[in-house]
Amino acid sequence: MAKYLLIDFGSTFTKLTAVDSELGDIFASANHFTTVDTDITIGYKNALDQLSKTIGHPVVFDRVIACSSAAGGLKMAAIGLVEELTVEAAKRVCLGAGAKVDLVFSHHLNSSEVELIKTKKIDIVLLAGGSDGGNSECVLFNAKMLSEANLGIPIVYGGNKSVQDEIKAIFDNHHVNGHIVDNVMPKINQLNIKQAREKIRELFLKNIIEAKGIKKIESEIDKVVLPTPEAVLRACELLAKGYMHEPGLGEVVVVDVGGATTDLYSISEPSKRGDVILTGLEEPYAKRTVEGDLGMRYSATGILKALTKEEIMMINLEKGIDIEKEINDRNTNVSMLPKNRSEELIDRLLAEMCVYKAMNRHAGKMEEIYTPMGMVHHQTGKDLTDIEVVIGTGGVIIKSTDPKQILAKTTNVFRNDFELRPRHPKFYIDSTYSLYAMGLLSEFDPVLALKIMKKHLTQV
Amino acid sequence: MKSIVIGVIGADVHAVGNKIIDYTLTNAGYNVINIGVLSSQEDFINAAIEADAELILVSSLYGHGEIDCRGMRQKCIESGIGDIFLYVGGNIVVGKQDFSEVKQRFLQMGFNRVYPPGISIDMALNDIKNDLGE
Repeated sequence: MAKYLLIDFGSTFTKLTAVDSELGDIFASANHFTTVDTDITIGYKNALDQLSKTIGHPVVFDRVIACSSAAGGLKMAAIGLVEELTVEAAKRVCLGAGAKVDLVFSHHLNSSEVELIKTKKIDIVLLAGGSDGGNSECVLFNAKMLSEANLGIPIVYGGNKSVQDEIKAIFDNHHVNGHIVDNVMPKINQLNIKQAREKIRELFLKNIIEAKGIKKIESEIDKVVLPTPEAVLRACELLAKGYMHEPGLGEVVVVDVGGATTDLYSISEPSKRGDVILTGLEEPYAKRTVEGDLGMRYSATGILKALTKEEIMMINLEKGIDIEKEINDRNTNVSMLPKNRSEELIDRLLAEMCVYKAMNRHAGKMEEIYTPMGMVHHQTGKDLTDIEVVIGTGGVIIKSTDPKQILAKTTNVFRNDFELRPRHPKFYIDSTYSLYAMGLLSEFDPVLALKIMKKHLTQV
Repeated sequence: MKSIVIGVIGADVHAVGNKIIDYTLTNAGYNVINIGVLSSQEDFINAAIEADAELILVSSLYGHGEIDCRGMRQKCIESGIGDIFLYVGGNIVVGKQDFSEVKQRFLQMGFNRVYPPGISIDMALNDIKNDLGE
């Protein structure tokens, strides 16, 4: 019998979810604007007041833990050697650790790229390159470039293990806050996420939340334990796998359309077929992709860029709207909420486009190749065709009057058979917006977190 | 330990010879990076860069090797590994052509060693030892 308070310090809202273990459920929730620019505790205390009002009296919580994506979240630069190999591996590690990958570089760094790391206010750099025993000249060069630039931020080295000592010496000589982890791609096409991800999380908790003024909150609460996207990823993984005697839902896809990004999570085996040839870098079981150019407000113009002139004309003709104007309006007025039916329909249309495009990039592709030995199936990326559960979260989906329309865009609506999208999934929404909270709760009571998640998923 | 990238190029799915080559070269003490069947020129080159390989050994069994291998040396040069050894072997052209002519064409394309059909990997192994200096 215990009461837990789970908090998300989001970029816009500070969200509180109160859980009672005896009740086995959420018993209250509240939110308030995040006030990280002035003092993060103000927004938190306001939200807490609101929570007490909803409950009717102040509550003493046994545990209060939080995740955070406030103050720009965790901004990372992923650096590798070849784009399709160590660069991609480094990118996946960052995304899996809940980071936003703002910069991606390959091969030898130049001074303007290093300068960008400063101007973009990157929090952590992940430097990879070379399989174990492979190329070392490039990572040594890049480690020197980064060290000499005096970035003042942590650099995690997850490249060729053969030069770990030399890299460490470079870091030490330049007094860089450097950290050595296992190679993110120890062999060609083999992905190794775990240790690098743990190190990033540790740095996030030790350095980054301090630098961003988030750590201050730890005088009010027990601890900030995760970046928000990682909390969601953990919730998804628990929901898919189950825990002990409490069964999960099996493989799942989670879609989160936000103002600035569209995030997709898939918890599934990359392929279950024996008759295909798999190529490319190994795919992770729990995969997260973030589309920084697809979002409802800050990144709405990215949707426009993804459309051809003909498509824009067709949408305008079909829907009787001026899509360019609508998108630009939303981009200039990012706090806009739909006031009437037609604005809501346009928001839904934009969300559908975000979801369609994001899934196009997340899902794997299957090519049929005619060879002298007959037809062969050639797969790159993850095969999601068997996924039976697609869950939507994020304001625009949860609050939509027709969330199914949006979520249906994860499937193969345009019949591009080479895209390995979910074929016949059931659609659910995270109606109480509790995935992040259950990711946090799963840290110490996974069974309770799983039960609550299952209870609050609403089929649509 | 010296690294060698092996694989089967193009739309070719002959996997048996590929496994034999892998086994033989590994036993001979090389670090073998086997990128498998259906591999593009870029796959070979990318793997060679990351692994700092000294040799790429291309297999082609289905007769289209000449088309699949065109421009490979140029791509290696562009990618900064212009000095890498390029070997090719298998049934690399269609039909029964005079092998000395075929060999000449592949040498002109920038390959260092060209092997006719039906030879044993042990023959190539001797060349590898000579070329890589072991």
